[in-house]
Amino acid sequence: WIPSPKPLSRGVPSLVDRYFTRWYKADVKGKPCEDHCILQHSNRICVITLAGSHPVLQSGKTIKSISYQISTNCSRLQNKVSGKFKRGAQFLTELAPLCKIYCSDGEEYTISSCVRGRLMEVNENILHKPSILQEKPSTEGYIAVVLPKFEESKSITEGLLTQKQYEEIVVKRINATTATS
Amino acid sequence: MFPLTEENKHVARLLLNTGTCPRCIFRFCGVDFHAPYKLPYEELLNELWKFLETEKDELILEVTNPPPKKIRLQELEDRIDNLNQNGEGRLSVIEDGSIASKNSNLYVCNVCLGILQEFCEKDFIKKVCQKVEASGFEFTNLVFSVSFPPQLLVREHAAWLLVKQEMGKQSLSLGRNDIVQLKEAYKWITHPLFSEELGVPIDGKSLFEVSVVFAHPETVEDCHFLGAICPDCFKPAKNKQSVFTRMAVMKALNKIKEEDFHKQFPCPPNSPKAVCTVLEIECAHGAVFVAGRYNKYSRSLPQTPWIIDGERKLESSVEELISDHLLTVFKAESFNFSSSGREDVDVRTLGNGRPFAIELVNPHRVHFTSQEIKELQQKINKSSNKIQVRDLQLVTREAIGHMKEGEEEKTKTYSALIWTNKAIQKKDIEFLNDIKDLKIDQKTPLRVLHRRPLAVRTRVIHFMETHYVDAHHFRLYLKTQAGTYIKEFVHGDFGRTKPNIGSLMNMTADILELDVESVDVDWPPALDD
Repeated sequence: WIPSPKPLSRGVPSLVDRYFTRWYKADVKGKPCEDHCILQHSNRICVITLAGSHPVLQSGKTIKSISYQISTNCSRLQNKVSGKFKRGAQFLTELAPLCKIYCSDGEEYTISSCVRGRLMEVNENILHKPSILQEKPSTEGYIAVVLPKFEESKSITEGLLTQKQYEEIVVKRINATTATS
Repeated sequence: MFPLTEENKHVARLLLNTGTCPRCIFRFCGVDFHAPYKLPYEELLNELWKFLETEKDELILEVTNPPPKKIRLQELEDRIDNLNQNGEGRLSVIEDGSIASKNSNLYVCNVCLGILQEFCEKDFIKKVCQKVEASGFEFTNLVFSVSFPPQLLVREHAAWLLVKQEMGKQSLSLGRNDIVQLKEAYKWITHPLFSEELGVPIDGKSLFEVSVVFAHPETVEDCHFLGAICPDCFKPAKNKQSVFTRMAVMKALNKIKEEDFHKQFPCPPNSPKAVCTVLEIECAHGAVFVAGRYNKYSRSLPQTPWIIDGERKLESSVEELISDHLLTVFKAESFNFSSSGREDVDVRTLGNGRPFAIELVNPHRVHFTSQEIKELQQKINKSSNKIQVRDLQLVTREAIGHMKEGEEEKTKTYSALIWTNKAIQKKDIEFLNDIKDLKIDQKTPLRVLHRRPLAVRTRVIHFMETHYVDAHHFRLYLKTQAGTYIKEFVHGDFGRTKPNIGSLMNMTADILELDVESVDVDWPPALDD
């Protein structure tokens, strides 16, 4: 996957570019290339998505199923929030698992939150039609929505990479692979 | 006609001797018509003394004085000198034998602490009225509200117990309810004085309020014994400085047993050294409401000021452009702007505009002819091309309900400029014209999720009309149920609004421009301009 400039055929930036800033976490949990992209809205809400370089999004990969049951006692589908202050939400740390993706080639991938905050919702549309995740990873194929604490809304991005930093990492990887091959 | 009769004599004498003023004496004798209270204080005092003298009984001014004798002018002077030396009052005798006072300060009544002495008379009312006139309010009537220190309730209670005991000796049957309330008597006297001085009637429903607050620092602790005896009546309330509020004191007085009261508080109450102080004289006018409809022609104007961390992000706002003029003309302290729904910064409001109502808080000027309101509307419209208003008019508080009803129940129509990622032809969008009353489910849009609860809302798109522009653009006119998020219906909000234009057309759609074409609320009434 090679990063390419976003098309501006419409003359206006896309929905994501209008309202969100893209942040990245590379090699999440030490697993090579399992890169996540966090879309941070100007109102501090974060949408967790897969970055273009994630193995699940590479050509040839087929998703068999997606599960939000991350442990015997915890299913992200059971998350319930109520009221303006979103009480009752499951609290997530950076490494908290959001879902498991099972591929037809036997590979299993865990998607992590990457930001601290309250879990608002997980995307149920990808449960019924996993291909959406691969077709539109940055919009309809999102994984989850997280609301960080108000006081932490600026600091959560401290551990994350900017678009530029992420692209540099990806380029380095490509150069490394071409060098060794 | 002096209002007291033979059977009142004992009570009247008892009260006068213990330092109670004539008007309070009337109250405790059940005098319930206004006229006697309105007579001048000095006259009342003279009449009272005459009334009590007719039986050639002794008149005792001060309990600690020498044995009672028949009062003659000279003795009177001696008595008064005594009182003055004790600091009990500033009495003096003038030639005709009547008692006059320096600066109207006689002994301070031990029940009303001066309220029914100097504070209900013309001089004081004049002082209040001067303040009212200086405040610059325009008014055609007023409501007068007065607040007395809570310790008056304790003194009233003590005086009542005293009177009850005395009446018991004579088997008189005046009940607690026959005693005229202090505030009632006070208003009987002062209302006509206000009306005369200010030239307007007193009306309980008036929006213009003159309020006077009295305090008596000297006796503030009179209530404290109640706190020890009935502690559950006195809960510390959040906003009040003192826990001894009138309500709490009333409650405790109703509960406390007579014997316990007598142990803690002197019966009759003692005479204070000074009269009440006036804590505040304030005027305020109830809010008035102005309604209208506004059009918004700018795509960079927020509804309310957009300020983050003290920094204004965008110049001005709809509410300021309209309300600032009203604030000036109505000479109001502040305003509250509300409207039948609202639009985003980048959305225009066309057509007949959106209904709004502005509450003007504490306006100093409230009377306007419809011509003057029309001119005000023209002034607002001339001052900005970002907004325009119409149907500007004064309305009542109740009328606001119509507007808020509109927010939830009435339909709106919009026009949107839509972009598609795939190339389209005219025929590709025609099917949208045939869809009627489309039900959509909208999860709370991400852009407002930080301040709204997460929920799914079902809304109806009543009809749509498409106008082809080019291979990647078309205009969509739509009429929707109140509360529909249009932008999210177009781009789908990450698939969280279903169905959406993109899903209906099986492509990616985005919204480039949005206008409100109409807000289908028929309020406020349209005016012919």
